[in-house]
Amino acid sequence: MRHLLSIEDLDRPGIERILDRAKSFTEVSEREVKKVPALRGRRVLNLFYEASTRTRSSFELAAKTLSAEVINFVSSGSSVEKGESLKDTVQTLSAYRPDLIVVRTPHVGAAELVARWSPAAVVNAGDGKHEHPTQALLDVYTLRERLGALDGLSIWIVGDVLHSRVARSNIQAFSMLGAKVTVCGPPTLIPRGVEALGCDVRYTLDGLDEADVVYALRMQKERMTESFVPSLREYAARYQIDGRRLNARQVLMHPGPVNRGVELAAEVIDSPQAVIGQQVAAGVVVRMAVLYELLAGRTTPDRQLVTA
Amino acid sequence: MNAARPDGKRGAEPLVHREQPPADLLIRAAHVLDPRAGIDAPHDVLVRGGAIAELGAPGTLDAPEGAEVLEGEGRHLFPGFVDPHVHLRVPGQEHKEDLDSGTRAAAAGGFVAVVAMPNTDPVIDDATVLRSLREAGRREARIPVGFLASITRRLEGDALTEMAELSDAGALGFTDDGKPVHRAAILRKALQYQRLCGGVLALHEEDPSLSGAGAMHEGEVSARLGLAGIPSISESTMIARDAAIAGYEQGRIHIQHLSARESVEAVAEAKARGVRMSAEVSPHHLTLTHEAILERLDTRLKMNPPLRAEADRQALIEGLRDGTIDCIATDHAPHAREEKEVPFEEAPMGTTGLETAFAAVYTELVVPGVLPLALVVEKLSAGAGLLGLGTPRIAVGEPAGLCLLDLDAEWQVGEAGYESRSENCCFAGRRLRGRVLATVAAGSVVYRERAFALSAA
Repeated sequence: MRHLLSIEDLDRPGIERILDRAKSFTEVSEREVKKVPALRGRRVLNLFYEASTRTRSSFELAAKTLSAEVINFVSSGSSVEKGESLKDTVQTLSAYRPDLIVVRTPHVGAAELVARWSPAAVVNAGDGKHEHPTQALLDVYTLRERLGALDGLSIWIVGDVLHSRVARSNIQAFSMLGAKVTVCGPPTLIPRGVEALGCDVRYTLDGLDEADVVYALRMQKERMTESFVPSLREYAARYQIDGRRLNARQVLMHPGPVNRGVELAAEVIDSPQAVIGQQVAAGVVVRMAVLYELLAGRTTPDRQLVTA
Repeated sequence: MNAARPDGKRGAEPLVHREQPPADLLIRAAHVLDPRAGIDAPHDVLVRGGAIAELGAPGTLDAPEGAEVLEGEGRHLFPGFVDPHVHLRVPGQEHKEDLDSGTRAAAAGGFVAVVAMPNTDPVIDDATVLRSLREAGRREARIPVGFLASITRRLEGDALTEMAELSDAGALGFTDDGKPVHRAAILRKALQYQRLCGGVLALHEEDPSLSGAGAMHEGEVSARLGLAGIPSISESTMIARDAAIAGYEQGRIHIQHLSARESVEAVAEAKARGVRMSAEVSPHHLTLTHEAILERLDTRLKMNPPLRAEADRQALIEGLRDGTIDCIATDHAPHAREEKEVPFEEAPMGTTGLETAFAAVYTELVVPGVLPLALVVEKLSAGAGLLGLGTPRIAVGEPAGLCLLDLDAEWQVGEAGYESRSENCCFAGRRLRGRVLATVAAGSVVYRERAFALSAA
């Protein structure tokens, strides 16, 4: 694997290899000195065109724990604000010879463009509403830790599927590992044709009891102004996961940040069924495993250029 | 049905181009196919002084003194194509295309006349702008070019242009192409005014409240990619609305670039009710679907209306076959490289199409036996009649508007660059069959394929 642009770049053995390696990295975080030299001397460039706290910091932590050098490039205060195109930015930053670029942008397919324009390996950390493959991997990791294999599990993804890159990556990753995925939300927020991804579609939470895992998506406030839902109140009344709707057997997930009282009621966020904190923790080891997968044992693009 | 003025006043010459020496040519033993003239057999065709002088059995005509001989054996001679829908980007966007490069691209595609859209900068909404543009056309255009003027000022949809004066100044008709006429009352007034000034109203059909910020067809592929979708109904509902208005006012409308099955149905229903309307379809909507975007998120595949699903493509093919759709039009829409080298959602809509129109349709639809060659040849020039222009014919006495092709020649789109100033062709990299070898427009040779020119010399 040269890049991780989409969950489709992986197959089941590939996902399992990354998860197993992530598991082996958990031990590092328990040490007093939280660092291993696996990627010493490698350069990782974080290229973020969108606000992000946990994704960017967990990639940074992952790279540093593996002893890589990290450069952070965020769009505000950079030449992007002076009108530099993505292509020029990528080509300019590629002159620093990064071994790997982590990129987040508000545009579908932008990570693929970065991969086309730079010799570096590229990890998609979210491209518009398209995909967020490392989120899917850390979610799968979290579930494996909690429940073991995903085969035969019923997973409901609830909320704004239309605008969610997490949903698109997770539907595919969960299905690839043998789970049965159902998406549920207001019809205005379920994309037409989403069944093609291999999931069932429901418009109400009736039947939620069958789910082994309930994955709530973030409900963004701006969706109200665009008439996707008439009000947050009505949305919460129909789709909020609360103590009544979540049964004791079910695991609750959320990609964060949570809107308390909208998609999730406070009582379930703080319940032992919620694995939201574990998802965040998994983010670091899973991203370590992804960086390792793409960089360890591979000739750096710099060296390829030198020897060419 | 045509652009003739009901008040009997004759407007300006409909088409303009740079004067070039009239051709004296003998095209020897080419397979002549002119469906309208009922010709489908090898002939010698003699062109003298730019007009078709004689048709004879193969090998029977001699080249007169000074005439050039084009070897046509094993090749096909068609009436030249006419494109009622191109963007030549002049004035104001000459970095994308200009009159010379756009008409050179057209000639290379076998076109002998094109009609340019008014969504330029400034918009062609004023007779002064139109007159100066036509003046530039007389200096620069390699093949005859006609112009549509806008229906509303600055394409803003609020106020009608001075349609009668624009018509006098040479506008073939009117369109706000690139945008719909979103207010029904404005379209109605334009149709009423059409009784005075003539000229077709060519309509880009899209309900912006449904298409929104969509970047591609709404369906399985957009769901997978997370791209905002443009639903088929954003087109078909506007066609239904505008057909109702045109029927009420007994006006004449032309529906541009049909893309959806529902749209074909809407046109068929309106035509059956007797609404005076025609419709066009592009080569890309006939040959590609949104699946191509899944294979590669390529901004050259982003256009408006978008590539739709296979069922839509099949409906368009059927519509062309049964006459619901009257002609093929490229909607040639050049954009500069830096404008297209951006993420998909950021890229402007549009693909070039003049140089690939015939080969794309021939390769994808004629070679596999989906559509007969004669139908495709006829539909590639049928746009002329819809806009009140003369349709090229291969008949003695007619001005020569011809294209000579090698149907067996295979080529890769873009491998030798483009005649167009822009390279945003949705067929880039595809191998197509059917190569234009020479084009004769308005009686002059306007294009020779490089290798062919060498062999003929």
